[in-house]
Amino acid sequence: MSISPLYDILHKLHNDVDFESHEALIDEGVLDSFDIVSLVAEISEAYGLQVPPEEITPENFNSARLIFAMLERVSEE
Amino acid sequence: MLFTSLEFIVFLTVLIVLYYTIAKNRFQWQLLLAASLAFYAFSGWWNLFYIASTIISSYFAGRAMGRLEAGRDAYLKEAKLSKEDAKAYKASVKAKKRIWLIACLTFNFAVLAATKYAGLMISKGADTGFFGFLVPVGISFYTFQAMGYIIDRYRGKGGEHSLFRLALFVSFFPQLIQGPISRFDDLKATLFAPHSFNGAAFAAAGQRVLWGFFKKLVIADRLLPAVTELTSDLGAYGGVYVIAAVLLYAVRLYADFTGGIDITIGVAEMLGIRVKENFNMPFYSKSIAEYWRRWHITMGTWFKDYLFYPISVSRPMLGLMKSAKAAFGENFGKRVPVYLSTIILWFMTGLWHGTTANYIAWGLANGLVIIISQELTPAYKAFHQRFNLKGKRIWNALEIFRTFWLMCFIRAFDIYAGVGETLKAVGSVVTGPHTLPNLVFDGIGVSDYIAAGAGVAVMIIAGRIKRRGKPWINKAAVRYAACLLLALAIVVFGVYGMGYDASQFIYNRF
Repeated sequence: MSISPLYDILHKLHNDVDFESHEALIDEGVLDSFDIVSLVAEISEAYGLQVPPEEITPENFNSARLIFAMLERVSEE
Repeated sequence: MLFTSLEFIVFLTVLIVLYYTIAKNRFQWQLLLAASLAFYAFSGWWNLFYIASTIISSYFAGRAMGRLEAGRDAYLKEAKLSKEDAKAYKASVKAKKRIWLIACLTFNFAVLAATKYAGLMISKGADTGFFGFLVPVGISFYTFQAMGYIIDRYRGKGGEHSLFRLALFVSFFPQLIQGPISRFDDLKATLFAPHSFNGAAFAAAGQRVLWGFFKKLVIADRLLPAVTELTSDLGAYGGVYVIAAVLLYAVRLYADFTGGIDITIGVAEMLGIRVKENFNMPFYSKSIAEYWRRWHITMGTWFKDYLFYPISVSRPMLGLMKSAKAAFGENFGKRVPVYLSTIILWFMTGLWHGTTANYIAWGLANGLVIIISQELTPAYKAFHQRFNLKGKRIWNALEIFRTFWLMCFIRAFDIYAGVGETLKAVGSVVTGPHTLPNLVFDGIGVSDYIAAGAGVAVMIIAGRIKRRGKPWINKAAVRYAACLLLALAIVVFGVYGMGYDASQFIYNRF
């Protein structure tokens, strides 16, 4: 699994955010619930994964790296 | 038993004395359970059957899921399955857990629907449902709290082994009537822990309770006669009176609901228990979406976590998105899960508040404004690039002003008799009359407005002080002085006493 499709999706959502370094996407309100749903929908398509709703937590979505770690975990389960 | 009644004050005093003396280090949470059930029985002993059915069904469904998980873990440890087989086995156990989840949700929401929601035609404010059942007090709140627990249990969070501890979580009396809607993981740490009396913490909690009483008795209840009169006859009170009605209702609802929650959180903290905050200065919001992140927060997050996300990222919704993308293009298709889930969410939020058409219209109006705002995002972006106003004080004030009045008019659905009447009322703001209104009615005169207005000024100043987070507000002397002043203000300016029937909290009826 590669992280680059995730960066592409995130940049398509907000092209003015540095997702490589941002660590508080939820806490600072960069991603709202509409963004999250669009993001999860795009991720599901790009990675061929079903993200369970219980994985949609601030702890899992505060940075691109955390989102990717969650995706890896979901693909393992 | 009303929070604002003498019975409640006596009940609470006796409980606190017992809690910190004979129950200390022995049976504090058990005492709280007995007190919660007694508190609930005061509202009608038959209420206990309803809440007991929710507690027992949640407990047994949770236990069954726990047994399935324990069996699964033991089997996986022993059987040493391949990765693929283990995945398939886990999925089969999850499917069994899902049966328990669905059974528990169906039973509890059916009870809720039968008692409260089955009669779309029940008159507004009536306390009997379609089938003639009395609507159990606080059923919307405790059902949602218990169902949150069971969904979390299904998702693999730890459950509660003791029926009585779960019973206390569902029935904990300060939050039983109007929330907040707590999560088990948040509440359990302090709910079941032993607590010793702490003078400073008790004074801070007492101050919070008095603050709640102040908002309820000095502001909310004083404005009640005006709101009732102004919404009783649209023929007499159209045009400018509608503006007065929605404004007074906004102030009254805020003082009433946040006052009730202050009492709830304060009472819980008197017992050493931490309950989640339900408000974060909602009238400073710059958009409706932000308002709903700051108002009745625990209900909003409940709907988001247990309804909005599960629907919007579900397989059928993602399938629909794919089809919509193929048929109507990328831009349209990607909006489908978000907007459809938003409409469902706000329809259900409206339904949670009440079963009449005006509550549904209220919910959908909120959803519609949020969707329109979302669609206008590129236009706002272009506007800010052109005029560079974002973050400027004047622009912030304008956004806050706009959101406040938009919410005032959406709330009109809550106070007028029906959807038609509400639309007529809002329309009359344009058509008139636009004469200077006379707001002195039976039960509310100039002195009442002065008292309520002074109360609102205190509320705004207190909000600003809190917002700035000055350290001196936590000093003991300041707290005791605040308690004294609040108690005095309640005694002098509060609405209570002989011949006065303290009104129920607005959110009790939801």
